[in-house]
Amino acid sequence: MALLEIRDVTRRFGDFVAVDAVSLSIDAGEFFTLLGPSGCGKTTLLRMIAGFDQPDSGRIELDGRDMTGVPPEERNVHTVFQSYALFPHMTVAQNIAFPLRMAGCPAADVAPRVQEALDDVSLVGMDRRFPHELSGGQRQRVALARALVNRPKLLLLDEPLAALDAKLREKMQLELITLQKEIGVTFVYVTHDQEEALALSHRIAVMNKGRVEQLDQPQTIYSAPRSRFVADFIGECNLLDCTVQSSGDATLQLDVDGLGGVRATGPDTAKGRTGQRGTLALRPEKVSIARELTAADCTNRFAGKVFDYLYTGDVTLYIVEVDGGRRLEVMLPNNAVGRSSKFFEPGDAVQVGWRDDAGHFLED
Amino acid sequence: MTPARGIGRLAVGFAIFGYVFLYVPLLIVIAYSFNDSRLNAEWVGFTWHWYEVLFADEQMLAAAGNSLLIGVVSSAIATVLGTLAGYAMHRWRLRLLPILVVTPIAIPEILTGVSLLLFFVVCNVSLGLVSITLAHVAFCVGFVAIVVRSRLAGMDESLTEAARDLGASPWRAFRLVTLPLIMPGVIAGALMAFTLSIDDFVITFFVAGVDATTLPLQIYSMIKIAVTPEVNAVSTLLMLLTLLLIVVAARVSPGALRGE
Repeated sequence: MALLEIRDVTRRFGDFVAVDAVSLSIDAGEFFTLLGPSGCGKTTLLRMIAGFDQPDSGRIELDGRDMTGVPPEERNVHTVFQSYALFPHMTVAQNIAFPLRMAGCPAADVAPRVQEALDDVSLVGMDRRFPHELSGGQRQRVALARALVNRPKLLLLDEPLAALDAKLREKMQLELITLQKEIGVTFVYVTHDQEEALALSHRIAVMNKGRVEQLDQPQTIYSAPRSRFVADFIGECNLLDCTVQSSGDATLQLDVDGLGGVRATGPDTAKGRTGQRGTLALRPEKVSIARELTAADCTNRFAGKVFDYLYTGDVTLYIVEVDGGRRLEVMLPNNAVGRSSKFFEPGDAVQVGWRDDAGHFLED
Repeated sequence: MTPARGIGRLAVGFAIFGYVFLYVPLLIVIAYSFNDSRLNAEWVGFTWHWYEVLFADEQMLAAAGNSLLIGVVSSAIATVLGTLAGYAMHRWRLRLLPILVVTPIAIPEILTGVSLLLFFVVCNVSLGLVSITLAHVAFCVGFVAIVVRSRLAGMDESLTEAARDLGASPWRAFRLVTLPLIMPGVIAGALMAFTLSIDDFVITFFVAGVDATTLPLQIYSMIKIAVTPEVNAVSTLLMLLTLLLIVVAARVSPGALRGE
């Protein structure tokens, strides 16, 4: 049985529907992420799980128990806030002891459990410090230790890494994965950062305008997005309007506007629906670029010239204008064999191409 | 000289003028309280005489005692009520409460005095220390509420939510997290209420009745004849008390005076 069941939950603020008939089922031990742009309803949903807000309709069940009307302090759910919300007038140890005291933990047990929690997040020896004496990363760990010290059923994390710099964020991502594995608490993680979601989660629910657009494992979300929104939101993507011409067993033959015939994969439902309009989603890193491509490399090939490029250290992103006027983004790793600096200049005649399974057809 | 510097000098000039206007009269009062003369006209010589007169003046001492008692009791009550009102105004977006709380601050004191007098007479409350205390509570609550609310407005909302989230009932969340964090505001409000109570004249004048008298009323009745050096002496002591309160406030909550 699922640990958390969200059944048809809707929340309105005036005319604005923040969460629109969302249903989700989250298993025990899972690292589950709610991903979406700001205003997509992910934080509102999280607040309803925590008990700070109530659904207008639908219900939330934790461990089979209906949570309607249950105040936050009576839910076996803790939250790590974006601002960390450490109590500034309490030391690190007092902060971590707070949930234990509230739960009526015997005084003799508090100190050892606080030490254990400090150990879990590698902050031993920091117990007498005040929050303002800690760095951003240390505050983050105290917030985690405090939320986990009395082992809740569910831990909610509201963009907990947003305030950290890029290097530290990466380090904390790894620590979060390890911590979650070690203690086995179910995580529900809210973020607008798609890379973070892909890196951390077992499953991701991509939200847009209060609805769940797609719920899948990270690999599926990335390689087989189900809608134009998901393809666009997760990673870089060429989105090209097209029409289905014919379909085979494994691939679809598409007519892409301003480009021509392309073979691509698609959902089962698109098979045999000739004439249907849709979008071809094509990841830049799946497109090859060279002066001359052979059919063995790429079954879909087009000639064009380099319009512009963006050098980002590990990769270079080329913008290629294909004959016919269509522009495509093509990503080339800078460690490709024989590469020292950049390969192509704007104006160079090149060929771009990709395999049949690189492109993915999305129905409108 | 650039225009900006000219304006800068002008501003400094105005500031000096303003401070002179504020503090020189106070310094004159202090100086004359040590003047060995019955008249506040010219400096004759140093004396402790007026303080001896003051401490032998039983009426004056009784009035001072009343003022302190009323100040302590009314500011304590006003602080509790004002803190609750400030919290309510912050926590729930109420429309009527802020108006109800702020209006007494804006109403002319003379009107408050007259209306409270009528109210006490109608309710059959005998005029004296109790009526004065009640009146002082009434006009101090609003000030405390506003100070506390501004303190709450500067507080991270998620702190209270975090307390609830970690298992605290609404009351424990308030007592263990919210209250300690707004304490500088509460103390500032309490001191403000005490100061307002100690030196209130107009409202007290209406609701005091015949027997009870406070320091401002006593001083007023004395200067009806002339400003005697004894009044200078009692004023000096009052200033000293105020200064002491400011120092205490700064010690107890370093942020309170800077509005942190």
